[in-house]
Amino acid sequence: MQNKAVISIKNLWAGYDSDTILEDVSFEMFQEDYVGLIGPNGGGKTTLIRVILGLVKPDRGTISVMGMEPYQGRKHIGYVPQFQVEDKQFPISVWDVVAMGRLRPSIFANFRMSSSDKQAIETALDQTGMLEFRNRTMNELSGGQRQRVYISRALVTEPKILLLDEPTSSVDSHSSTQLYDLLAKLNDHIAILLISHDLTAISTYVKTIGCVNRRLVYSGTKEITSDMLDIAYECPVDLVAHGLPHRVLPSHQEGHQHD
Amino acid sequence: MIEQLSTIFSYEFMRNALLASMWISLACGIVGTLVVLNRIVSLSGGIAHAAYGGVGLAYYLGQDPMLGALLFSTVSALVMGTAHRKSKTGADTLIGVMWSIGMAVGIIFISLTPGYKANLMSYLFGSILAVSSNDLKLMALIAFVVLAFVILSYRSLLAISYDETFSTVRNVQVNLIYLSMLVLIGLTVVVSMRMVGLILVIALLSIPPAVARVFLKDMRGIMLLSFILSAIFCALGLVISFLTNIQTGPVIILLASTAYLISLLVRQLLTAKRQ
Repeated sequence: MQNKAVISIKNLWAGYDSDTILEDVSFEMFQEDYVGLIGPNGGGKTTLIRVILGLVKPDRGTISVMGMEPYQGRKHIGYVPQFQVEDKQFPISVWDVVAMGRLRPSIFANFRMSSSDKQAIETALDQTGMLEFRNRTMNELSGGQRQRVYISRALVTEPKILLLDEPTSSVDSHSSTQLYDLLAKLNDHIAILLISHDLTAISTYVKTIGCVNRRLVYSGTKEITSDMLDIAYECPVDLVAHGLPHRVLPSHQEGHQHD
Repeated sequence: MIEQLSTIFSYEFMRNALLASMWISLACGIVGTLVVLNRIVSLSGGIAHAAYGGVGLAYYLGQDPMLGALLFSTVSALVMGTAHRKSKTGADTLIGVMWSIGMAVGIIFISLTPGYKANLMSYLFGSILAVSSNDLKLMALIAFVVLAFVILSYRSLLAISYDETFSTVRNVQVNLIYLSMLVLIGLTVVVSMRMVGLILVIALLSIPPAVARVFLKDMRGIMLLSFILSAIFCALGLVISFLTNIQTGPVIILLASTAYLISLLVRQLLTAKRQ
């Protein structure tokens, strides 16, 4: 198991209709990994997630999740989506959101929850410190609390891999620190793949970093190479502003606005 | 007052109308909650108007208009629903087109049919007072099917309504559940059409849940309260309509709309209080 990749992507091309968004992406991830992928908006981060989750079929190349096709392997992925603003309107309790993680595929198989389901939901809520909020509705929670609920929902599926999409996008800095502490703990037994446009946050906590912007540069280290910067940002101003002053950034043409 | 009520409901057609409105309220309360929470009110409007094509066709062929409406509403629900799942914006146009085609087809077939056609107006504006015992049976059946489906698949329905992507990733049968939901919308639209008419069906589907969700934050609760509200609007509407000799459908809708406006005010007050 030690050397078997949990996610393995080889020379993958993907996009929508004739629009290619990911080009020749290769990527391997292992059980003990904690990978952060950064990249600008529109650079294919979401497409990469959708490919891994089996929601978008690759045009070329191969992908396997836990050695299976994504649509089978995804049952081992605990997916933590970005919280959408319109979700706020939906009347649903914390408990019911986490209970989604225990759904069985068959339509009528979810008539009743077993006591082990309920136990698992309680444990997952406890792990993220959200148990006391179980009866609250989602729209009463802060951004950080909602992320914790989504992480609980992912944990309740007993995942081998945790896949997080912009986990701190609507979270204040204090809560986001707490969130990363939680993820570091979970990484003891779950591989984590985190995708974000926020380099600073990621680089402090993850074990290894990669960049995605149509192509993917990932060498399995925490170094941010000039290769990554080349593909990830047309202009590195954003990086300077966010920190990492110890990095020497390659010079680029000036006057470009990032994003 | 009570004496007056017992007089009103001493007529069989009024008792039938009351019973029919209870069945419809049950189906509409449940289905309407799904419609509102999934934000497919306009899709439901499309289904209702496409159903009119079926009414016209069945009438032309000498069949029961309800059968035609059931057929058209089911097919259009599946077509528009599939398009809606592929692209939410692209479906918008298709819904508009099917909406008008349904009406056009209905009207053409009706004008091709010789004879007295006053009865067909009832599909546009409703004629709860003319409900037959066969209609009642059909309404009860559909209300029961809707109730059974929602009880059995409640958690799956809640899941796909709230987060379709996550449900897909968990390999929940999202397509099957979604399309079943659309078929139920189609069935409910058709039975409600008898009552308030297809033009006003949307109000009966969307207003009670819209009022209910101001007060409740739980899908099950919203379904139940929508049923209760809808039943109150209908019963009250029937009585007022009987006393004033105004058509029932519009009276019910006006009652519901008034409640909706009040609920908006209440929501304003509630949020103002919180801040």
